[in-house]
Amino acid sequence: MITLPAIRWGEPYESLEVDSINHFHTGEPVARLHAVGAGIVRRDAKKAGHARKLLQEISPADLIARCKAAGALLESSSLSVGDSCQSPDAFIAQQSATTGMPTSMCRANLAKNAYVLQNIDKIISCLTRGLDLNILSLGYGDEGRGVTVSYQSQCDALGAVLPNNSPGVHTLWLPVIALQIGLVLKPGSSEPWTPYRVFAAMVEAGIPKEAFCLYPGSGADIGSAILSSCNRSMIFGGPQTTEQYSGNPRVQVHGPGNSKIVFGDDCVDNWERHTDMMVDSVFRNGGRSCVNCSSIYASRHAKEIAMALAEQLGPIEVLPPDDPDAGLAALTTAGAAEAIYSVVERDAKHPLVTDMTQAYGARLVSAPPVAYLRPVVLHHASQESASRNNEYMFPMVNVVECPQEDMLPTMESTLVCTAVTEDKQFQRQLIAAKNIDRLNLGPIPTPQLDWLQPHEGNLIEFLYRSRALQIQNTNSHPD
Amino acid sequence: MPAGFDEPWVHASLVHSLTLPTECRHRARTIAGPLFLFGCVTVTDVVHHAFDSARQQLDAHTAEVVAWHFHESTGCPFWLEKRSELNFDPLTEVQCYDDLKKFPLFEDQWLRGGPVRRWVPRGLADKRVYVFETGGTTGIPKSRIAIDDFRTDYSLFSDTLPADYFPVGANWLMLGPSGPRRLRLAVEHLAQHREGICFCIDLDPRWVIKLIKKGWMEHLEEYKKHCIDQAITVLSAGHDVKCMFGTPKLIESLCLELEQRGTSIGEMGITGIFSGGTEFTPQWTRFCVEELFGGPPEESGIFMTPTYGNTLMGLAASGPCNAANDYKITYYAPQPRAVVEVVDFADPSQLAGYGETGRAKLTTLTQEFFVPGFLERDEGEREGPCEKFPWDGISGVRPFHELSEATIVGVY
Repeated sequence: MITLPAIRWGEPYESLEVDSINHFHTGEPVARLHAVGAGIVRRDAKKAGHARKLLQEISPADLIARCKAAGALLESSSLSVGDSCQSPDAFIAQQSATTGMPTSMCRANLAKNAYVLQNIDKIISCLTRGLDLNILSLGYGDEGRGVTVSYQSQCDALGAVLPNNSPGVHTLWLPVIALQIGLVLKPGSSEPWTPYRVFAAMVEAGIPKEAFCLYPGSGADIGSAILSSCNRSMIFGGPQTTEQYSGNPRVQVHGPGNSKIVFGDDCVDNWERHTDMMVDSVFRNGGRSCVNCSSIYASRHAKEIAMALAEQLGPIEVLPPDDPDAGLAALTTAGAAEAIYSVVERDAKHPLVTDMTQAYGARLVSAPPVAYLRPVVLHHASQESASRNNEYMFPMVNVVECPQEDMLPTMESTLVCTAVTEDKQFQRQLIAAKNIDRLNLGPIPTPQLDWLQPHEGNLIEFLYRSRALQIQNTNSHPD
Repeated sequence: MPAGFDEPWVHASLVHSLTLPTECRHRARTIAGPLFLFGCVTVTDVVHHAFDSARQQLDAHTAEVVAWHFHESTGCPFWLEKRSELNFDPLTEVQCYDDLKKFPLFEDQWLRGGPVRRWVPRGLADKRVYVFETGGTTGIPKSRIAIDDFRTDYSLFSDTLPADYFPVGANWLMLGPSGPRRLRLAVEHLAQHREGICFCIDLDPRWVIKLIKKGWMEHLEEYKKHCIDQAITVLSAGHDVKCMFGTPKLIESLCLELEQRGTSIGEMGITGIFSGGTEFTPQWTRFCVEELFGGPPEESGIFMTPTYGNTLMGLAASGPCNAANDYKITYYAPQPRAVVEVVDFADPSQLAGYGETGRAKLTTLTQEFFVPGFLERDEGEREGPCEKFPWDGISGVRPFHELSEATIVGVY
């Protein structure tokens, strides 16, 4: 068993409150987490300026080189994590053990995080639109146009309240260190693994340990303290969290994605060509990511599309987490699977809705103390169906029959929209739609993210403010 | 063997506190059993005597209080009416504390709604009556009548406070919930009982809970700042305030704000603090002592003591809580006026074993108010007696795990 102390600006802190996190199935303890209270978070926050100062002492180019090295270490090396030396395989086994995610998905997420770090220069260049990082570091500069530009950091450290069950989201905060801003992280209660391993890799790569805080502890208490004491934070949560922090300029909220695929009338008759893309969009990463597709809109053939998806997704069985073909993750919170499935069943009972996976056996698979949900495909005969955009934490998709002209208003908020259409007018409408965040024009699977594009808001714009800075020319002679 | 001595129960601090040869002390700890095993007559007698004496006092007090509440001339309408529903006669069949098991568990719904007079004992009908409320964010709060109980409870608690840190004559600051709760009046009484004057900050916990439920966290922060600003104003105004009550969250916020302003709670003159609630954990205490106060009392000059209680019960004081015992907090009810038991989750009529986890069950036994077997919304570990409190205690108090997700704790 591994022990993970809290990290207070790089220093390990052993608390009197130690939480145990257990194997999702056997219940065996996997890790001991030293939990702290909100007071420690608030008190430490006053020293965030020191973290930024240390990072500013390293040039942006050097920081990027160290982040790239950290990416390689993250993926391939044994690292000192807590009181143990953790190999990549041990990390994957531990993450799978406490989250219920198949090891293949954990491995893929590790590779994804490593990829982001190893390509951090390109990613940051795209996020900044090619801005010289020395300008961010110095606070001002000239891009060669003879105009002074200035960017002011909005925080010394970014706070991040990380999710419990989605190891895939960490890519969002990984670029922060390279931007000379510290990190204050609240690891998810079942998934402390990634933040601790990233911390270890970055320190091993030469980034000052004093730039990091990791605070395991009670979700609401620590989360609230981080959000109130860091001037910029990101939080991951459900619809309630999204609503709570919506419009708060200090907080970037990452909630349900309600990602979608829409077929234009010009392409919908060729839907069969895109079956694999749709299945991939629904099923990749266990269907629990915000970028997984949860609704497909088509003006015709909706029932055939739903039937074809059900044929591929319906038979998928629960496999042991270490099976390389395992694609379904356990729902480890007691009663969660049952509660989710009862809502899905309620959705399916509506007169406009048909459960297309009904013929493929029971969806709720109990494996005490956890449970699984096998994929569900629901056909909605009309956009009038109230549950047409519902999203759940397993591979579940609504296939909605909807005229093209009604799609945009009925789609509601959409994180990723893959639009299969060549219709230029429809494309223009999609580009202009304010309820769509990321837009894929063409049959691109919704989870296939181009890391060179911003995700749910540009991190640079969140952390830095463009402002005026005028410099008097010392050779000039003012009147 | 006297009743109550069939389990290993002797508190380690008691072993240390008594005069024993080293070998005997070691055996006492390692055996973890009754001290009478090895023939140290002095220890055995002292322990037995203290426990026995407390138990006898509790038994006699129980019989007296039950007789008072169920007698036609002195009892309150609620219990006199309830008597007809019981399958035993409380006047004749309650002779000791264990006889209270004959009562059904006390239902907190009985305290919701009126008429409130039904709780006033006829024997005290000519007295001036207070009503205190608990809960009430939504729906009807629980009401408890009081005449002198809150004063008595806090006068007794006063005896447990070290005079070096809670000096007689010092003024107090009350930084906690006011309104319909008894706490404001009780702390003010405590200050007056110790010849001081109490400054009070107004705080409405029902509004705080609403803010949390609505997700208005910025409003919550502002309200907290509003309270802290008022507290700092009082502390800065030259009133010679040395002692205070505060909830853990407010004490923490006060210290952090003072630190932000370049000073500290010690520099503001505070030497004695009492606080309470399930947020008063060992880790939080350690954080306060080590980081907010600047060290243990002998170094920082600040002594903080935890308490456990509510409107229904008196105030349970704590045994020693410091770095030597990892800031472990063990509460002891003010017997015989109130009893805290740690009971089996499935069968609340059975006590949990020593060191085992169970639910807190409160019993209030005063002339003003009788509550037999009220299951609290908390759980903890059953602790043995200590020298200062020769009866059972409870440690590790936290929200009852089956209710904890729906419970908002430490809101103010």
